Amino acid sequence: MNETGYLKILKDGVWTQNTGFVALLGLCPLLAVSNSVVNGLGLGLATLLVLLISNVAVSLIRNLVRPEVRIPVFVLVIACVVTAVELAMHAFLPGLYTVLGIFIPLIVTNCCVIGRAEAFAFKHKVAKSAVDGIATGLGFMLALTLLGAVREVVGQGTLFSQADLLFGEFGKELTLHLADNYRGFLLAILPPGAFIGLGCLIALKNVIDSRIQHRATAQPVAVLIEAKP
Amino acid sequence: MRFKIVTSPHISQDVSVGQMMRRVLYAMIPGIAALTGFFGWGILINLVIATAVALLAETVMLTVRGRPLALHLSDFSAVVTAWLLAVALPPLAPWWLTALGIFSAVVVAKHLYGGLGYNPFNPAMVGYVVLLISFPREMSTWLIPHGLGQPHALSFLETLRVIFNSEWPARFALDALTGATPLDALRTQIGLGLTVTGIRNSPVFGIIAGQGWEWAALGFLAGGLWLVYTRTADWRIPAGMLGGLAIIATIFYLADPQHYAPPWFHIWSGAAIFGAFFIATDPVTASTTARGRLIYGAGIGVLVYIIRGFGGYPDGVAFSVLLMNIAAPAIDLYTQPRVFGARRG
Repeated sequence: MNETGYLKILKDGVWTQNTGFVALLGLCPLLAVSNSVVNGLGLGLATLLVLLISNVAVSLIRNLVRPEVRIPVFVLVIACVVTAVELAMHAFLPGLYTVLGIFIPLIVTNCCVIGRAEAFAFKHKVAKSAVDGIATGLGFMLALTLLGAVREVVGQGTLFSQADLLFGEFGKELTLHLADNYRGFLLAILPPGAFIGLGCLIALKNVIDSRIQHRATAQPVAVLIEAKP
Repeated sequence: MRFKIVTSPHISQDVSVGQMMRRVLYAMIPGIAALTGFFGWGILINLVIATAVALLAETVMLTVRGRPLALHLSDFSAVVTAWLLAVALPPLAPWWLTALGIFSAVVVAKHLYGGLGYNPFNPAMVGYVVLLISFPREMSTWLIPHGLGQPHALSFLETLRVIFNSEWPARFALDALTGATPLDALRTQIGLGLTVTGIRNSPVFGIIAGQGWEWAALGFLAGGLWLVYTRTADWRIPAGMLGGLAIIATIFYLADPQHYAPPWFHIWSGAAIFGAFFIATDPVTASTTARGRLIYGAGIGVLVYIIRGFGGYPDGVAFSVLLMNIAAPAIDLYTQPRVFGARRG
């Protein structure tokens, strides 16, 4: 088992191996729920919590479970965690719970949850699995929130609308109206807007990555040229 | 003695992409003239806005993608996309609506997929559908066509003000000049339980189909037949589409003539003729085999009827064309012509 540093796990989960932008796992909730920042953030937080608990649980029992039956065990663990998170959201955030609806129980089918259990938590110690759960969850939350922001701004001309569902009374003042008299661009709110928006965000991430790589490879050359005379 | 060795095709027609595109533009002129006659200056203003935005978008995208500007700008493909979309827009569409549609068509549907020749979907129809599902109110505000030979209700300057400032002239109420299109009227009134013969007596309808609309359809038919005659468009696609539409419309009409409009009404209404000759025949997105083109066209015709009769929109040419665009590669795969001498089956 290769030793991976905590920082690398974090960076992989949030950026290099981002579930939403690179691995393209869990696209169903990503595309369906990301029509506003608050919806995205809400489902992102729920998924983060599920990932953290399921990763820790799988890592704890990894020496007790025979590899032949690991997948059913994973499913059982994840289903329990999702049910608990769903009940908790129903109790404490009823508004958000109604808005997100079926997509909270559907976290159980999110392939990134079982994917991390299989690929990481089953092979690593508890602390690392926990960090991996948090990192992957943060990455998914980042993708959901960014896509939600893009679609909300383009579609309705607002940001953080209905934030009171997540933050209580304080959230009501958070809503930003970016333009007066904005007619709304319905396509961005509808499903095709999710696909187009995700495509644009993936392209943006690739551009950023290639710029970083370009700079990293370009620097030594520049130093050489300067050193020559 | 040296013999010149060339590969097939040995008989070639010296027609460039630019020439084909220009022919499409010429062929649209009679239809556009008819539309302008019945609906006023708005049609021409839309055409100008659309062409300007399309050329601008094309230039920007070609520069960003590092493609030769002169070569691709002179192939007129952006202008054709602009005209196809502008003709489909309501005559008083605000300028930003036209610009947004052209942006979706040229930037998203064409250049993001790799430019002319690589786009799987008809760019003009992508632009139209984006607008139709995003701005249903603006897209359904059609002017009532006025009678032949009468002066336009809105002057050129008034039309400009409506399009650029949304400033409606005070001497008219909005409802006095705008109204439901014939297909819209047919749809809502059949929904109310009226019979087709009763509906057809209302002033919206003319001899065959919608008042005014039927003349525009005639203009597009003339241009379209010229396209077929010059082999710019393959006859199989319009024949397939109008044939498919006619067959399914006849079946329903014979089953219940009080409930379903006659086939000639369907062919002559909405965008059926315009779509059959100008939109479905786009060589990039249509099927390429001979039999495939008949199937492709017939598919569009049947889908148009289904959407008109049972869908959520009064006309369905744009959706039908996009749906059959997705199917075109599969149709091509299954209709490959048999190589001469090869065994059947």
